[in-house]
Amino acid sequence: MSPSRKLLVIAGLLLAVIGMIYGLWYAVFDEHQTLESMGGALANGFVQAADRSLPSAYAALEQFSVISAEYVREVHAHSHWITLGLVLLALGMAFERVNYSESVRLALAVVLVIGSAVFPLGVLLQAMSFGLLAKVMSVLGSMAIIISFAAITLGLLLPDKQAIKD
Amino acid sequence: MTQMTESANSLHVPFNGPQRLLVIGGLILIVAGMIFGDIFAVFILHPNNAHIGQELFAATQAVAAQDGATVLTHFQNIGGFLENRGTKVDAHSHIINFGYLALLLALAQPYVALGRRVKLRMAQLFLFGAVMLPPSVFTIHYMGLAFSPLESIGWASVFADLGGLFIIIACVAQLVGLYRYMRGSYPADVQDVQLNCTGAISRLLLVGGAILLLSGFLFGAYYAATSFEQLAVRELEILKALVGEAALNNMTEVTVQLGNYGAVMAERGIKIAAHAHVNELGILLLLLAFVQPFIFLSQSWKRRWAIVMLIGAIGLPVAVFSELKFGLLAGGVADTCGLLMIIAVIAMMFGVLRHSGRIDAAGGEK
Repeated sequence: MSPSRKLLVIAGLLLAVIGMIYGLWYAVFDEHQTLESMGGALANGFVQAADRSLPSAYAALEQFSVISAEYVREVHAHSHWITLGLVLLALGMAFERVNYSESVRLALAVVLVIGSAVFPLGVLLQAMSFGLLAKVMSVLGSMAIIISFAAITLGLLLPDKQAIKD
Repeated sequence: MTQMTESANSLHVPFNGPQRLLVIGGLILIVAGMIFGDIFAVFILHPNNAHIGQELFAATQAVAAQDGATVLTHFQNIGGFLENRGTKVDAHSHIINFGYLALLLALAQPYVALGRRVKLRMAQLFLFGAVMLPPSVFTIHYMGLAFSPLESIGWASVFADLGGLFIIIACVAQLVGLYRYMRGSYPADVQDVQLNCTGAISRLLLVGGAILLLSGFLFGAYYAATSFEQLAVRELEILKALVGEAALNNMTEVTVQLGNYGAVMAERGIKIAAHAHVNELGILLLLLAFVQPFIFLSQSWKRRWAIVMLIGAIGLPVAVFSELKFGLLAGGVADTCGLLMIIAVIAMMFGVLRHSGRIDAAGGEK
């Protein structure tokens, strides 16, 4: 197994496991509480409006919006880690079909792995109020994924040297 | 007569034990997840959205009537409908993702340096968890907190988490096996087949899958840059306007704002569904590229099913996205594409079963 394939397979499985462990932890310790406070804030907004206390109603709705954004980001981090892990694993198995030299393939694999780890982490940190740093991480991570994956797709489209050799 | 060259080439190696279990189990999970997804989209998603809209309208009427208790009742109903939808989406996505992971673990088996019995047990544990988790998630809405000793987690959630734990244990075992293989401290199991994707049909699926994934990543970036935060801001503005107008008893404006709210929810749901489906189907095409040598069908039929898969995999996300403009017509096209893919994956699965049976009959199974 070439170094680039090793990297993609190990990193893919590792990311998928990290995503699952995070998902399990989140489902047991955080998700139900988050959903309850989210629903509670929205309902409270309407109840306050029924009491004709509009400033309190707007404050409750703003709280709902903040919790809702936090929930979406936490779920996205879980699903993106696992999906990107699956992509790395699948690509790892087919990486000899990417028609570049091994050094180029290894460089692309490194960029793709870094992007796949950093992008969901950035999304998760945004939910934890890390602000600009988290946003920069998610943007740079997604750019790394897109650029390396575009190059890999191009490599798959190039004439298949392996098949010609076979 | 068309030759079955790829299948014939793979006959000299046994395709059994954990690898066969994971390939066939993975394909069954994918088919089950797709069928469930189609049923969910047609019979549950749209009626459920209509119920949520009705309850929200009733809640604004209660706001206008200054009846806080009734508001809470309607929000409890909305919570129920959201849970109903959310658990079904989760069940659908988890079944399919476990199917993908099963296929990927089957691909990785030649590089997992563990004893044959351990590998078989881990494959069984993985599939047990994969079969246990989605139905448990599905029943969360119906079981609720019945007989639960915990404050906010019911038995269905407990069993779902247990299924997830089994899957994590099985995956960690694969990681340990991979690590041992990389260190060269344990010989790889020569009985496992190195699934490859050298044929023309495999290449078609591989390239198609990669292009779909790239499109999905680009669409995801576009959505994050142009819609994610903007939709959240619009949602908050609409909700504020909704309660404000309801407090003024201005039901005409309330109806307008409810329409706006529905449009924001639909836009968000459709864009996320399009992004998720492009990526998921891209991965599926990549995985099916590896399975092709183990499908015992004629080359022409294998090519036909691969083309049907490609048409479905491209058509479904495009149709889902088009629902923003064309509504139910596009939804119908998306459901049809989903059905096409279900038929194609079932056909491929039968091809794998035929190949498997042929090896057994030829004495390849030890």
